[in-house]
Amino acid sequence: METDRDDGRSPSQLRPLSCARNVLCRAHGSASWSQGDTKVLAAVYGPKAGTKKNENPEKACIEVIWKPKTGQIGKLEKEFEMILKRTLQSICILTLNPNTTTSIIVQVVNDDGALLVCAVNAACAALVDAGIPMKHLAVAICCCLAEDGYVILDPTKLEEQKMRGFACLVFPNSVASVLPEGSSHVEGEPMEHGIITSVTHGVMSVEEYLKCLERGRAASAKLSDFLRRSLQSQLPSDSSKAA
Amino acid sequence: MGVPDASGDLSSEMEVDAFRRLFPLRYFERHLSESIRPDARPLGRARDTTLALGAVASAHGSALAKIGSTTMLAAIKMEVMTPSTDSPDEGCIAIDFHMPPICSPIVRPGRPAEVAPVISKQLSDTISSSSMINLKELSLVSGKAAWMAYLDIYCLDADGALLDAALLSAVAAFSHLQIPIVSLNDDGKIVLVSEEDEGAKLEEPVNKEKRKLTLSSIPFSLTCILHKNYILADPTAEEESIMETLVTVVLDSSARLVSFYKPGGSVLAYTSTVQDCVALTRQRVKELQEILDEAISGMEID
Repeated sequence: METDRDDGRSPSQLRPLSCARNVLCRAHGSASWSQGDTKVLAAVYGPKAGTKKNENPEKACIEVIWKPKTGQIGKLEKEFEMILKRTLQSICILTLNPNTTTSIIVQVVNDDGALLVCAVNAACAALVDAGIPMKHLAVAICCCLAEDGYVILDPTKLEEQKMRGFACLVFPNSVASVLPEGSSHVEGEPMEHGIITSVTHGVMSVEEYLKCLERGRAASAKLSDFLRRSLQSQLPSDSSKAA
Repeated sequence: MGVPDASGDLSSEMEVDAFRRLFPLRYFERHLSESIRPDARPLGRARDTTLALGAVASAHGSALAKIGSTTMLAAIKMEVMTPSTDSPDEGCIAIDFHMPPICSPIVRPGRPAEVAPVISKQLSDTISSSSMINLKELSLVSGKAAWMAYLDIYCLDADGALLDAALLSAVAAFSHLQIPIVSLNDDGKIVLVSEEDEGAKLEEPVNKEKRKLTLSSIPFSLTCILHKNYILADPTAEEESIMETLVTVVLDSSARLVSFYKPGGSVLAYTSTVQDCVALTRQRVKELQEILDEAISGMEID
């Protein structure tokens, strides 16, 4: 029988999503994203003049600053900063504004599981709000692996701790614009099935990881639709109803 | 594709070294199309790996691992501590990864390297989730005393694939670890028994039989670069700086996946790529297991 979850969700049911854009007036772009009780606020400043040290002056530089809910940043936050930075670097068009820095500040409002994926989604919405040129959007999803091999999606903090392992996956969203024939498929797989970022915890078999991938891809299509819909509502008054 | 074409014309009239510096990506792609890398390795081959156990005499366990010229020195120091009330019969492992300025021109004195805390975190995640070490074995007296293992890894030369080398040196240091003998004194405190007065002491040592840790399902990792359709195993620092998509796969000795780590990068990994990377890692795990076994048996003969 299917695994019962504490909050009565089915294994592949996500928590209620909400996304609000333009929530901060001083930032060039901002967004808040919440999945159930996990909520993250992201602000984008830039492109600002000058790159950081040791960066390529021919490309735009991306800087991520992670602010935890309480306390100092530790190794975990440093790791999140690095993952987020590399993920965003791969979706932004860096050659358009060379020798500039774009700062993304991520503030955790509340952590109830799937924090990293929430931050990726929030940062992505904030980048759109700031008008930073991007190749495509990214959608992130967290898959948990239960003891009996079932995959559950979008876990709460409690579920994350109970489970054998989990995988945070980031996929590109499906491109709606017209593309040349064949370019949206690579080796027989649509582009949105390619992994941008994958971070896993806990031991699993390779088959179980592939199962997580499959379930994550299916859910990322739904998330991608939600992201697109909430970004299309242009006016702040429209998007504020989601919050 | 304007620039690569221009470089293509120049390649015939330019010195190789100049071409390598001016058009590094094009230089690499020319090699890749011939299924070879500039250091004469096939795409899927890792660099020569050596392992020396017991490199630090003052530590309780240590190892020096070299993958190509990437060098890692790992050392473990054991200390007695009071276990936390949540887990009274478990010891603890603290892992720290250091990148001193000597390891790479990118690291400047006084400013810690950006990647050091990230690798440190990945190492502790990998070692704890692979359950290689049973923390219960580090317990001495339940609720009273347990071992705290301080594992410090120093990167002496950072030439790519840092996590692979760091994990190998960590695993080797744990397999070399000799737990010191301790005994309970009259006040109920744990004291170290030194080698000389071992016979003189009347108290029974607490851990006479438990001098070695049993390591189950040892994790080994392989970092690969994805570039177009090519997969390059065990990249050097130069390759990492030119082609940016890195994937690190960690498998344990029973071929279970401990971690599939891909932090961004412009190349997307499809199912076939995932399987190819895992297959390369499977091969590498066998190699590394042999190297580790050889190093351990070499120690036993001495």
